[in-house]
Amino acid sequence: MSIKDRLSGNEAVAIAMRQINPDVMSAFPITPSTEIPQTFSSFVANGQVDTAFIPVESEHSAMSAAIGSQAAGARSLTATSSCGLALMWEVLYVAASNRLPIALALVNRTLSGPININCDHSDSMGARDSGWIQIYSENNQEAYDNFVQAYRIAEHAAVRLPIMICQDGFITSAAVENIELLADRDVQGFVGEYHPESYLLNSKQPLAIGPYAVSAYCMEAKRAQLEALKNAKQVTLDVAKEFAALSGREYGLFEEYKLADADYAMVIIGSAAGTAKDAVDQLRAAGQKVGLLKIRLFRPFPGEEIAAALQKSKVIACMDRTESFNGRCGPLGAEVKSALFDAQLMPPVINYVYGLGGRDVTVEDFITVFAQLAEIEQTNDGGKKYRYLSLRE
Amino acid sequence: MAMDGNKITETVSWRNITEGCKIEAAGNSRLFNTGDWRVDTPVFIAEKCRQCLLCVSVCPDSSIPVDNYQRGDFDFMHCKGCGICAKVCPFGAIEMKMGER
Repeated sequence: MSIKDRLSGNEAVAIAMRQINPDVMSAFPITPSTEIPQTFSSFVANGQVDTAFIPVESEHSAMSAAIGSQAAGARSLTATSSCGLALMWEVLYVAASNRLPIALALVNRTLSGPININCDHSDSMGARDSGWIQIYSENNQEAYDNFVQAYRIAEHAAVRLPIMICQDGFITSAAVENIELLADRDVQGFVGEYHPESYLLNSKQPLAIGPYAVSAYCMEAKRAQLEALKNAKQVTLDVAKEFAALSGREYGLFEEYKLADADYAMVIIGSAAGTAKDAVDQLRAAGQKVGLLKIRLFRPFPGEEIAAALQKSKVIACMDRTESFNGRCGPLGAEVKSALFDAQLMPPVINYVYGLGGRDVTVEDFITVFAQLAEIEQTNDGGKKYRYLSLRE
Repeated sequence: MAMDGNKITETVSWRNITEGCKIEAAGNSRLFNTGDWRVDTPVFIAEKCRQCLLCVSVCPDSSIPVDNYQRGDFDFMHCKGCGICAKVCPFGAIEMKMGER
């Protein structure tokens, strides 16, 4: 039973939160994610949820409060962007190492500086090694659907890790789009009640969470944490299958768009994938075999599956909406190239940096990328492997 | 669920270590040998001791056991040899041995 509406990405996520009715939300406002706790706090004030809303004094406190409440046994969440995520940094790792399935609605915004409030992925990409599951959304519908699926993945017994559901700041968070919502009872039935196996408020079971791990324990703890993160891949697929049965909308580890027979492939994350699909459509109409792979799950990174999906591509463009300052590639480029290398696939891969600090990226820009890929194949000259798109020279 | 602090030990494999190193038992910090950090070691001279228990109250690690208002010898599994007890003792009943375990 779907409900048609028109909502901003922030509103859509806030509604998903209302439908989930978590136990605790701790949050501190920051553009462009402010609207999520703002909208949700009105649900709290109106008695539409029975969530304890904690208006904390900083994002470090927001994540710390979420860790405390989740450890106590409460289903907890928060939302943030950019420098807010940066201020959470220290405790992001604690949430993951303590195996607390907190959900975080991240509205991607660039990290300062130069100071800028608009979209790029430098915030979440910086946190990619913090041990959180990361899922990215192309549009408002995906942001909503991914958030509805979040706890089912994070709380799974084989996983028990925090999860970050990302969407692009302003581009999807503030823009209003048509959307199909699930009925409240369907979301509640799908997500279910939270019954943690062990929690601090259980007086029958003394429990210490987050003890000091001397060097005799630390490596084993990390290795076990890695296994849980790897398990999130299959769980993400299983949950998506159940979600498809409920909603009719299908999700995987990534989306392949006209990729099967594509000579030239583009790998991309987030809202710009929608623009790039328009470029693919235009070039397909002109008889060119181009396609696209849109990342949904970035952590854990489904490298084997991505390499298999790209095995027929002759030239590949990896689109990074962040600068890694290693002089060679962005985080997506590094992951994809590493996955191809391990699969013994050696196509030319051009890594583009685009859309930093909210720089607009157009269908024409992506057509230029595909034209460059075609030129590389025809001239057999890769040229520079690391490029900036739509940069004033 | 059973209260079992033994699920997490220094020989447990990564497959069996508890999630996030959580400890499903209470009062087990006493099992953690912090005494091996010690450089200098206090020596209790029982015949000089008047049982004023000043040393007990200043010990940061609860390493001076008390039974029926009488202190006994040090708990060397937890004493880090800070020497505060020797400093406060009015009767010279605690001496620090340099570099001795």
